[in-house]
Amino acid sequence: MQDDRQPILSVRNLKTSFFTDEGIVRAVDGASFEVHLGQTLGIVGESGCGKSVTALSILGIVPRPGRIVEGEILLRRETGNGQSQEVALTSLGDSSSEMRSIRGAEIALVFQEPMTSLSPVHTIGNQIIGAARLHRKLTKQEASELAVELLSLVGIPRAEGAIDAYPFQLSGGLRQRALIALALSCDPRLLIADEPTTALDVTTQAQILDLLRSLQEQNGMAIMLITHDMGVIAEMADQVVVMYLGRVVEEGPVDTVFGESKHPYTQSLLRSIPSIHSTPKVQLPTITGTIPHPYNRPAGCPFHPRCPDVMPGVCDHHEPELQSVGDEHLVSCFLYHPVPETSS
Amino acid sequence: MENDNVLLEVKGLRKYFPIRKGFLQRAVGQVRAVDGIDFHVYKGETFGIVGESGCGKTTAARCIVRALQPSAGEIHFRAGGGEMTDVANLSRDELRPLRRHMQMIFQDPFSSLNPRMTLFDIIGEPLLVNGMADRQQRIERVEELLALVGLRPEFLQRFPHAFSGGQRQRIGIARALALNPSLIVADEPVSALDVSVQAQILNLLLALQERLGLTYLFVAHDLSVVKHICDRVAVMYVGRVVETAETQQLFESPKHPYTEALLSAVPQPDPTLRSQRIILEGEVADPANPPSGCYFHPRCRYAVDLCREQTPVLEEVEPGHAVSCHRVLELDLAGTLDAPVPQTAHS
Repeated sequence: MQDDRQPILSVRNLKTSFFTDEGIVRAVDGASFEVHLGQTLGIVGESGCGKSVTALSILGIVPRPGRIVEGEILLRRETGNGQSQEVALTSLGDSSSEMRSIRGAEIALVFQEPMTSLSPVHTIGNQIIGAARLHRKLTKQEASELAVELLSLVGIPRAEGAIDAYPFQLSGGLRQRALIALALSCDPRLLIADEPTTALDVTTQAQILDLLRSLQEQNGMAIMLITHDMGVIAEMADQVVVMYLGRVVEEGPVDTVFGESKHPYTQSLLRSIPSIHSTPKVQLPTITGTIPHPYNRPAGCPFHPRCPDVMPGVCDHHEPELQSVGDEHLVSCFLYHPVPETSS
Repeated sequence: MENDNVLLEVKGLRKYFPIRKGFLQRAVGQVRAVDGIDFHVYKGETFGIVGESGCGKTTAARCIVRALQPSAGEIHFRAGGGEMTDVANLSRDELRPLRRHMQMIFQDPFSSLNPRMTLFDIIGEPLLVNGMADRQQRIERVEELLALVGLRPEFLQRFPHAFSGGQRQRIGIARALALNPSLIVADEPVSALDVSVQAQILNLLLALQERLGLTYLFVAHDLSVVKHICDRVAVMYVGRVVETAETQQLFESPKHPYTEALLSAVPQPDPTLRSQRIILEGEVADPANPPSGCYFHPRCRYAVDLCREQTPVLEEVEPGHAVSCHRVLELDLAGTLDAPVPQTAHS
């Protein structure tokens, strides 16, 4: 880990849009963040905030009619003998051989729904062997041994037998473990986990989160954890990115974002969650209204129609930029930085 | 137990589903989805049933509203403030006059509303079925209900697709309230909603309860939500109630090892509380082939030989706090409220 301060992945001003017949949906509208080795970056937001599209953009698998329209995604690759080099993923073709050698190998993805992301007609073992042999020079025998090793690493009992099991024969928690084993088969340096525990029960969720943490301790990979659950973020992340309607509204170390949140969206989101420690049976502070439909994005700050601290004439006319408000703490809100003078 | 304040009393409720196999579809086994549960719900309170998927909480709720025919047991329900009636074995015709007193709110507001019906048809249907024939009267009542759940009365002729998840859940609540029921069975009413919308619906449920004196049977897996809204809670594991207590008591001093593990598994939205979680080993038992003795013993860190051999029964250990565990008197389990109250800084 010689490049401790150099991020393994940096995303700069990423914009991904979907060009549909009804109009353009700006799913990700200027997201910037960095991921470091051995750290967990949590991306949190409600539905439609662009957190999953961000993950798809990084892997170059944005489905049509969507595409990346602007921005840079830089991945630091090791070139051997301790050197490393940044590769701009955005300038590689989505199906170029270099992108294909990165996807699944250096960056792996764990999806939310383990049933739909595993092949139903191949055994778990064959899926891991296939993925491993695609990216690494392994004989069938070696790959099969690797599969058993991975399955026992992720805590699947009787791993020798489990490689011959089909996904439908496993429970939800075991399927999610198998999917993590598959993602780890090429020893990724960055694991993107998109809602990895949303479909699971709390006790199973605790098992999977524990597993991710211990795997990270063992192999020092970076994890990008995407979720809507503030509890999971608080438990897992080192750095947090809060997104709303495709934009990063707040970013910083986990203690800062939860302890000294600055953006009105983050503040109201945290207040509106019932907690085991909050007073029962009282009316929870809510965020008024609902998330706008992506076709009708509000002008100016996307949160202004629901914001308790909205400044008329400012927030609905100008788009705030993500700016520093403290040590590593960034907020995109006019309450904390000056309003641009030119009124457009 | 024959208390005037009891609205619903469930005794020994069981629901087994047959496993059928082969050409003749013979029953080769049974899934014991609900395996003998007892609890009672007082008038005006919110009683929560929590547990993980497959524990039988939804099946129990569906048996109580008689969407499913229970395999055994009694369900005593006080309809319209009258006498307690056992609804477990009533026929369809006998049930019909009682049904208006218990209504259900569903989890998924996208599949529980008919996309081809307008709000007026959806919310007005129970009124029509229950004899409110006059259209003008129905329109007035539906408008009143829409206002009650925080929707604009002008939405009367719109279809569900025009509404967001939170608004649809409000429509489902309006439909459930149409006949002035005394018991609302809410099956995971907020788990499909976004966090910011979840709070709105919880607030609505609390406000409606206060205003209309409703009783809720609240089925959920999210313990933070349950803690917020319920007066008393029953924890289920593989078809059985393992613990029931007042909410505060349950969270402060759980007495069943499963409850303890469940509570510790909930991630708290506060990074200063990264707690020592109890990681349960293994998987939830298969209700078609449950383990011997206490169903929880293969995953329990306190299990002794007795737990493998004998099935514990639900017994009251303190007034209002019943536990089904052989070692209940020896164990000192950790609750979640012992931790210092977090100073989350949005003051």
